[in-house]
Amino acid sequence: MPAVFDVQRAQEIIDAHLALEGPLLPILHAFIEEFGFVDDAAVPQIATALNLSRAEVHGVVTFYHDFRREPAGKHVLKICRAEACQARGSESVARHCLADLGVDWHGTTQDGAITVEPVYCLGLCANGPSALFDEEPIAALTADKLLGVIEEAESA
Amino acid sequence: MTRVFVPRDVVALALGAEKIAAAIAATAKARGADVAIVRNGSRGMFFLEPLIEVETPAGRIAYGPVSPKDVASLFDAGFLNGGTHALRIGKPEDHPYLKRQTRLTFARCGITDPLSLEDYAAHEGWLGLKRAIEIGGAAIIDEITKSGLRGRGGAGFPTGIKWKTVADTKADRKYVVCNCDEGDSGTFADRMVIEDDPYMLIEGMTICGLAVGATKGYVYCRSEYPHGIKAFNEALGHARAAGYLGKDVLGSGHAFDIEMRVGAGAYVCGEETALLESLEGRRGMVRAKPPLPAIHGLFQRPTVINNVLSFAAAPFILAHGAKAYADFGMGRSRGTMPLQLAGNIRYGGLFETAFGLTLGEIVEDIGGGTASGRPVRAVQCGGPLGAYFPPALFDTPFDYEAFAAKDGLIGHGGIVVFDDTVDMLTMARFAMEFCAIESCGKCTPCRIGSTRGQEVIDKILAGTNVDANIRLLEDLCQTMKFGSLCALGGFAPYPVLSALRHYPEDFKPHAVIAAE
Repeated sequence: MPAVFDVQRAQEIIDAHLALEGPLLPILHAFIEEFGFVDDAAVPQIATALNLSRAEVHGVVTFYHDFRREPAGKHVLKICRAEACQARGSESVARHCLADLGVDWHGTTQDGAITVEPVYCLGLCANGPSALFDEEPIAALTADKLLGVIEEAESA
Repeated sequence: MTRVFVPRDVVALALGAEKIAAAIAATAKARGADVAIVRNGSRGMFFLEPLIEVETPAGRIAYGPVSPKDVASLFDAGFLNGGTHALRIGKPEDHPYLKRQTRLTFARCGITDPLSLEDYAAHEGWLGLKRAIEIGGAAIIDEITKSGLRGRGGAGFPTGIKWKTVADTKADRKYVVCNCDEGDSGTFADRMVIEDDPYMLIEGMTICGLAVGATKGYVYCRSEYPHGIKAFNEALGHARAAGYLGKDVLGSGHAFDIEMRVGAGAYVCGEETALLESLEGRRGMVRAKPPLPAIHGLFQRPTVINNVLSFAAAPFILAHGAKAYADFGMGRSRGTMPLQLAGNIRYGGLFETAFGLTLGEIVEDIGGGTASGRPVRAVQCGGPLGAYFPPALFDTPFDYEAFAAKDGLIGHGGIVVFDDTVDMLTMARFAMEFCAIESCGKCTPCRIGSTRGQEVIDKILAGTNVDANIRLLEDLCQTMKFGSLCALGGFAPYPVLSALRHYPEDFKPHAVIAAE
């Protein structure tokens, strides 16, 4: 996905959603899909189109964890930190992985390859620890298995 | 041609089901075997996933857990004819884990191709909707009320009363909203419905639409379920094309359509009023009640908002009658509850059963104890806001009232098992941390209390005025419990206080515990 904001494309996305009831979240999801993030420049543009204040749109963008305001790394790794995964050792897998990549939660590796985020439950609670690497779900996670997936993606 | 079933449920996918399906197709081609691969849902026996099945003249024979490297040896063993192999399970329905269940809601799960309308119709699909159309609104609500169905999202409110309130409220339009923001750790039943039997939810919501006079339904699903979102949207398309949704549902003259909306990573949107705010395009901040959503809900219109499992129970109740459902259960908890056995458990998965088993039977007999083989130390029931139960309370029957009497909740039916390596002070801190991350910020006890709670626990961990800080923590929990606007701040103290009550030995500085 191109991590470049395009005002004209943004307007097309907004216009395509105007017929929906409560279109703001679908618009923001579409921005994430298209640009990878919600640029600050989009806030007044959306506000004008939906007849909202900039503060209201800013409030929504910043409320939800999914609406990142800066581009992420090439891949996004979400490691589950919820209780069911903790019961199967997720915290130690996560610590190992973060240390290996040299980042903290929400951080992106220096080469821009991977952003690591916490996620609170992926619904794989009987088979944890679990993670989502881009769209690929991974269960029965070990530190080695996770680093293997990362290496495979980097070499691809 | 032999049909081979490889599940498309995300648990199977997360354990390599795509590679297995590809390997079976390639091996079959190389060996000249005529094989058709069906992507079914999961049976819910997650300890056996990926669980593949072969259709033989003697019935379906299952093998699991299969990994891609097992495929060649399965062919060698003649699995296409049900041949013997180390992974052979036999007929899945004869497996004790399935045999002991009462599957009313999840009767089709794992058997059918979730997106096949043909399969759905062949397994009692749409019978409930057809009867609903026949008997009409008031009689539908009567059936739901008599079935004793209570909201399966956690609060346990009688579903029939909610539907009746919306039906009786006059408005220019009404809504049916399905809460699929299944954020509780240890729960996956909603996810299984939208992935493994989506037409059941469509049918249930349509029945509700007919009953209350609504023409539009929304399913609000969390973004953490990308596979479920995809599957359910596909199912909506098929159902619409076949006339089960649209301007004239099955020629009944009633209009009803459903749209799926996706959340954005906010746990609090599982709270019904926050969910409605989010659907309207605002911050997911909790609304004060009253007014109830049934009177002023989505866009200020009368709205039925129910959990996935509540709607999913409706087709069975309508097809078989209220009594058939109410005959299961105990006390005021009627029907079945899909339990979700999770965490450090040997036989994790979905276990649908009538209310009334004890927690000990569920964890030890059905769940087989821990996956690590160590003793069970704690069981958290009802998600991140649920209490921790020690083995001493294993005689508690699984029922709304019995759990409430022990200061716990059954919530959405998630049961997370921990072995004896768990540190309950860390878990108590996590409950506060999670509440702080997810608090919507509207009310003070939740917004500020959760952060202060973390700080107080950190002081206990560091050995600062331990006794005074434990008293302070208890006091803070009382304030959050009674002063918060919704269940997030109101129930976050449950895991903390239960940890404190049942595991006081953990509420010491870690240095002291290490020295002992």
